[in-house]
Amino acid sequence: MSGTAGVVADDRSVDVPVPRTRIAGTVYRGREGMWSWVLHRITGVAIFFFLLVHVMDTALVRLSPEAYDAVIGTYKTPLMGLGEAGLVGAIVFHAYNGLRIIAVDFSRWAVRHQRLLFWVVLGLWAVTMAGFLPRHLMVVFSELGE
Amino acid sequence: MTTQTIEAPRSARAARRTTNWEKWGWIYMRVSGVLLVVLVFGHLFVNLIAGDGVHQVDFAFVAGKWASPFWQVWDTLMLWLALIHGGNGMRTIINDYVYQPTIRRILLGSLLVSVAVLILLGTLVAWTFDPCPTGGNPEFLPSICSAAA
Repeated sequence: MSGTAGVVADDRSVDVPVPRTRIAGTVYRGREGMWSWVLHRITGVAIFFFLLVHVMDTALVRLSPEAYDAVIGTYKTPLMGLGEAGLVGAIVFHAYNGLRIIAVDFSRWAVRHQRLLFWVVLGLWAVTMAGFLPRHLMVVFSELGE
Repeated sequence: MTTQTIEAPRSARAARRTTNWEKWGWIYMRVSGVLLVVLVFGHLFVNLIAGDGVHQVDFAFVAGKWASPFWQVWDTLMLWLALIHGGNGMRTIINDYVYQPTIRRILLGSLLVSVAVLILLGTLVAWTFDPCPTGGNPEFLPSICSAAA
């Protein structure tokens, strides 16, 4: 089988296409699979630290309405609005790429097409963000004068 | 006559007796991940896209949502699933990059404490929350409160 390499060395092995520019000895490193892994880690860490802050700021509702609104009020700036857009971008990528990982774990077809699936993830991400960004940025920048 | 006793292999059976935590962690990441896609996308849609977008978020907005057990359950599920999912992911990353045993133990310990404290804090807040606190400034209260301005 030229141009392919077995991923698992038993009866469950799957033949996968080997990218032309791969680094010797891997089917994964340096190409779509690696970038999927890198981006999954970076977005995951970013979302985790946001989550820590988000639980704490929401906990302020238990303190007093004034305290909550004062802190949330400092978020209602264009800079934080852009940060929220970045956060949603990270969440949407992590979500779609996570579903891709599950597909690769459970389906032979997805193992063979893991590189194509990375581009599908990016495509769906772009479509989702194209739906979200205009709406969100309109909200963020429309109330600037208030 | 010499005999030789060949003992039955034990390692595989011994391994089977204990819980394979890494396997359950692996399964947890996938199951919680799928549920979180639904819960988080729903959360983002209701808070950032529906209504007036992110600028609608204030005390009255949160109080209006948590007046309904539906959103209390939704947010509590999201809290537990997301913090354990994120905590387990951070554990993987710490184990991957921190070689110094002492530093690794400190980081893993702080991670465990942060996740546990935030799960407890978030759950208490969502379930002991009073949308109409006595003596609350009427300007900040949701319209469902009799004291609301």
